Amino acid sequence: MQSTPLLRTLRDLVRNNARQYGMVIALAVIVVLFQILTGGLLLRPLNITNVIMQNSYVLILAVGMMLVIITGHIDLSVGSVVAFTGAASTVLMTGWGLPPLVVVPLALAMGGLIGAWQGFWIAYVRIPAFIVTLAGMLIFRGATLIVLGGRSIGPLPQSVRMWASGFVPGFTEGPHLLTLALGAAGSAALVWVQWRVRARNLAHGLPASSAALTAAKAAATVAVVMLFSYALADYNGIPIVGLLLLVLIVGYSFLMKSTTAGRRIYAVGGSEKAARLSGVKTKRTTFWVFVNMGVLSALAGLVFTARLNAATPGAGEMFELDAIAAAFIGGASASGGVGTVIGAVVGALVMGVMNNGMSIIGLGVDWQQAIKGLVLLAAVAFDIYNKQRVGYGRAGGTAGRKGSGSGPLPPEQAEDSASRKHKEGSAEAAAPAPPR
Amino acid sequence: MSILLRMRGITKEFPGVVALDNVELAVEHGEIHALMGENGAGKSTLMKVLSGVYPHGDYSGEILLDGEECSFNGISDSEKAGIAIIHQELALVPQLSVAENIYLGNERTRGPGFIDWGRTASMAREVLRRVGLDEDPTAPVSALSVGRQQLVEIAKALSKRVRLLILDEPTSALNEAESDNLLGLLLELKEQGITSILISHKLGEVTRVADSVTVLRDGKAIETLSTSAGRVEEDRIIRGMVGRDLDERYPERAADIGEVRFEVRDWTVDHPTQVGRRVVDGAGLEIRRGEIVGLAGLMGAGRTELAMSVFGRSYGRYVDGTVYKDGKPVHLRDVGDAIAAGIAYVPEDRKELGLILDDDIRRNLTLAGLHRVSRRAVIDPAREAVAAEEMRAGMRVKSNGVFQTTGDLSGGNQQKVVLGKWMFAEPDLLILDEPTRGIDVGAKYEIYVIVQRLAAEGACVLLISSELPELLGMCDRVYAMCEGRITGEVPRDKADQETLMKLMTTTKA
Repeated sequence: MQSTPLLRTLRDLVRNNARQYGMVIALAVIVVLFQILTGGLLLRPLNITNVIMQNSYVLILAVGMMLVIITGHIDLSVGSVVAFTGAASTVLMTGWGLPPLVVVPLALAMGGLIGAWQGFWIAYVRIPAFIVTLAGMLIFRGATLIVLGGRSIGPLPQSVRMWASGFVPGFTEGPHLLTLALGAAGSAALVWVQWRVRARNLAHGLPASSAALTAAKAAATVAVVMLFSYALADYNGIPIVGLLLLVLIVGYSFLMKSTTAGRRIYAVGGSEKAARLSGVKTKRTTFWVFVNMGVLSALAGLVFTARLNAATPGAGEMFELDAIAAAFIGGASASGGVGTVIGAVVGALVMGVMNNGMSIIGLGVDWQQAIKGLVLLAAVAFDIYNKQRVGYGRAGGTAGRKGSGSGPLPPEQAEDSASRKHKEGSAEAAAPAPPR
Repeated sequence: MSILLRMRGITKEFPGVVALDNVELAVEHGEIHALMGENGAGKSTLMKVLSGVYPHGDYSGEILLDGEECSFNGISDSEKAGIAIIHQELALVPQLSVAENIYLGNERTRGPGFIDWGRTASMAREVLRRVGLDEDPTAPVSALSVGRQQLVEIAKALSKRVRLLILDEPTSALNEAESDNLLGLLLELKEQGITSILISHKLGEVTRVADSVTVLRDGKAIETLSTSAGRVEEDRIIRGMVGRDLDERYPERAADIGEVRFEVRDWTVDHPTQVGRRVVDGAGLEIRRGEIVGLAGLMGAGRTELAMSVFGRSYGRYVDGTVYKDGKPVHLRDVGDAIAAGIAYVPEDRKELGLILDDDIRRNLTLAGLHRVSRRAVIDPAREAVAAEEMRAGMRVKSNGVFQTTGDLSGGNQQKVVLGKWMFAEPDLLILDEPTRGIDVGAKYEIYVIVQRLAAEGACVLLISSELPELLGMCDRVYAMCEGRITGEVPRDKADQETLMKLMTTTKA
C-alpha cells in the first residue's frame, strides 16, 4: 500500500514520540473517560481545584522521588518522614508556641537532616537504599508516635491552615482576574520558550520542528493553559499550594534539564562507574539527592498537616508507594538514568484523577486499589514494550553492563562482543576484523 | 604413550572473524599439555569447543576422546565424558560451604532428593586431601583465599572422576607461593594419571611443568613442541607466538618530542579486596611532550591497574608513589583531581566504564567537560549541541547526528565517542587502554590518526595494548610490564616483538 508523505510524517511523529507523550496521552484519555463516567463532574471548576489540593503532597513527593529513582535508588521512608516532620512542627507550634515563620524553616532543615542521615548510609557506607529507607520508614514512624504520644494533635494556627487551603487573593467580584492574568502570562512564557528553542536550533543548524508543528504546539499549549486557568478562576482562583507546586515543577525541571548538577544526577543513574571515571563525584551526588528528598518530604509534611489541621500518628501512610508509582507511571526506569520531572507530575496526576474520578462514581476503595495497581503495571509494561519496539537493540550492551568490575576483559569475551556487534547489524558496516 | 584427546581440523567462525582455523591438537595420556598464544589467539575458544560451550555443529572438525568421536551439546555432556574446565573466574558460590560447592549439581543423596550430609562431608574430606587442602568441608568458600578456592575447584573436578582437566590461566590471580603450590599439585595429579591442559601466558611455569606445548597464533595451531628431548626452547615459543610481520596498518608520523611532562615514580598499589596482594609494584615511567609511549604486558601484568590507579585512584588500594607533572608533584585523590591535572583515561571496557549507553552522543561527549558548555552551572543547550556536533564530525562518528543513543552505535563508533569525550576535556596526558579491541580495521586506522594528531598538538599519550604490532607501529617508546613491575623500556628503533615478549614474560627471579 502506498502511503502519502503526510500520513508517513504523521505516523513517524506518533511512533517517535509515543514514549515522550505516551503518558500525557494516557492522562488525557483517563480525564476524558472519567469526564464521561462522572457526567461532567470531573472537570467542574470546584473539582479541578480539589484534585490539585488533594494531590499536592503526592506531587511534591513525586518530584523528589523522581530524582531518587533517576539515580537508581528508591526511598520507602517518605511517608514516615511526612508524618514525623508534620508532627514535630505541630508540637513546636501548638505546644511550644513558636511562630510558623520560625517553624517552617526548622521543619525543612529537619527534613534535610533526615535525608542526610539516610544519604550517608546509602552513598558512603553503600548500604542498599531499599534497606536504609525501610529502616527509616520504621524509625520515623516510631518517632512520630513518640512525639505525638500516640494521639492526634491540633488544631493549627489559622495562618498555617491558610497556606494549605487558601487561595491567591482576587481583587474583584466574579471571575478571578489575577488567576486569568497569571494564566495569560504563563502561556505567553511557554510560547516564547518554544519559539526561542526553535529559533536557536535553526540558527545553529540543529534539527527543529516545522513552523506549522511549532504553531500547532503553541496553540495547544495556550488553549490548555487558558482553559485550566479559566476553570480555576471560575471557582476561587489559584490555590496557594498550586502556586507552590508550579514553582517546584518549573524549578526542578530547570535543574534536571539545564544545569550541570542535573546532568550529573542522570549520569550517576545511567552508569555510576562511567560517571565516576568522567569526574562526577558520584557519592556526593547521591547524598544530596537524598537530602533533597528529605527537604521535599518535610514540605509535603507541612502541607499535609496544615490541610488536615492536625498531626496524626497515621499520617502519610502509603505516600511513599503513591510517589514511587507516580514516578514509574511517568516514565522512570527501575535501573536508573531515565525520567523527567514533568513525567512524575503526569504520573501523579494519572493516579490523582483516577482516585478522584473513581470516588465520584462511587467505586469502593477495594476496587480503586486493584485498578490503580493494574494501571501501574500496564503503564510500565507499555513503556518497556515501547522501548523494545523503537529498536534499542541492546542485547550486547545490557550484557556488557552487567559484567564484572574493572578487571581486564578476557580476549575471547572481546571476540564475542565483536561478533555480537555484527549480528546486531549496527549503523556501521563493519569490515571483518582480522583475528589477532 | 597413547593419545587421550585428538582434536582434528577444528574451525570456528564468528560472523566476520575466523576464530579457529583448522586447528589440530593431540594430548597424550597422563601428560601436562600447555597451550600458549597471545591474547585473542584462540586458546579459550578452542577450550570452549572442547568443553561443549559451543555445541556440536557450531564448529567444524572432530573431537576424539580415547579414539571415540564426541559430540557435546553442553558442558554437562563434556563433564560426563570426564572433561572438567576451570575458568579464570572461579565458578563457586561464595556463601555455600566447601563440601556443598564440591557436590553442587552432583549432590550425594539418599532417597528422592534428600542430601546425605554424612557422605557429603566424608567424601569431600577425601577429595580435599587429594588436592592437599586441609580445610573444614563445612567452612564457607568465601572464608578461603583465592588460591585455596582454586584448589576447591580442582577438588570439585576430581569428585566427578575427571580424565582431562583444563585450567585456563590458573595462576593469573594467585601470588607466588600459591602458584608454586598449584603447579606442584598439577605434577602430583599427573602421577595419579590425570591429564591436564594448561593455558598460560607465563613461559616460566610452562617450561617447568609441561610435557609438551602447543602454540596458537591468529586461530591457527603453529606447532607442538615436546619437552621429552630436553627443555623447550623459550625463544622458539616466543617466535611461534608473535611470528608475523608488521604490515602497513599504521599512519606515518614524524614525532616532535619535547621535555618530560609526566612522570610516575615508585607507583605501588594493592588489590582492592585481597589484603596484601600487590598488583602494581614500584612501577615508574615518564612521558615527554608529543610522545606516544606504549605499555606492553600480558593479561594480569597490572597495566590497567597502573593506569586506573594513577587516574585519581580509580583502582585498588594506594600504597606508595608520586605523579609529577612538569617536575612538580601532583596529588590525584579522585578523578576530579586527575582531570584538573590534565589527565584523561579511555577505559578498556567502553560499554561499562566509558559510556552511558542510554544517553545520546551529545551527553556522553560533554560529560567530562561540562564546564566548557555551561556558565554558572547552567548548561547552554545550543553551545553544547554545536560543540558536540563539531566533535562528532571531527571524530568521524557515523550516526544520525548527536542525538542518537550511544547504545545503538557499533563498537568502533562507540569507542570514537569515548575518545571524543576525553578530547573534549582537552587533556595533557591521554591514557588509552586497549583502544582498538574488538574494532574493525577501518575504525582502528581512524583512531590511530586521531591519537597521532593529539600527540602532534603537544599532548602526551600512554597507549596500553595487547597487540604488539600496534605498540610497535604507534609508539616512540615502549615499557614492558610483568607481575606489576616495569621489566624494561625499549626505544622504537630497538623494539621488536621478540624483545618485548621476553620482557613481558620476565617473572621475578
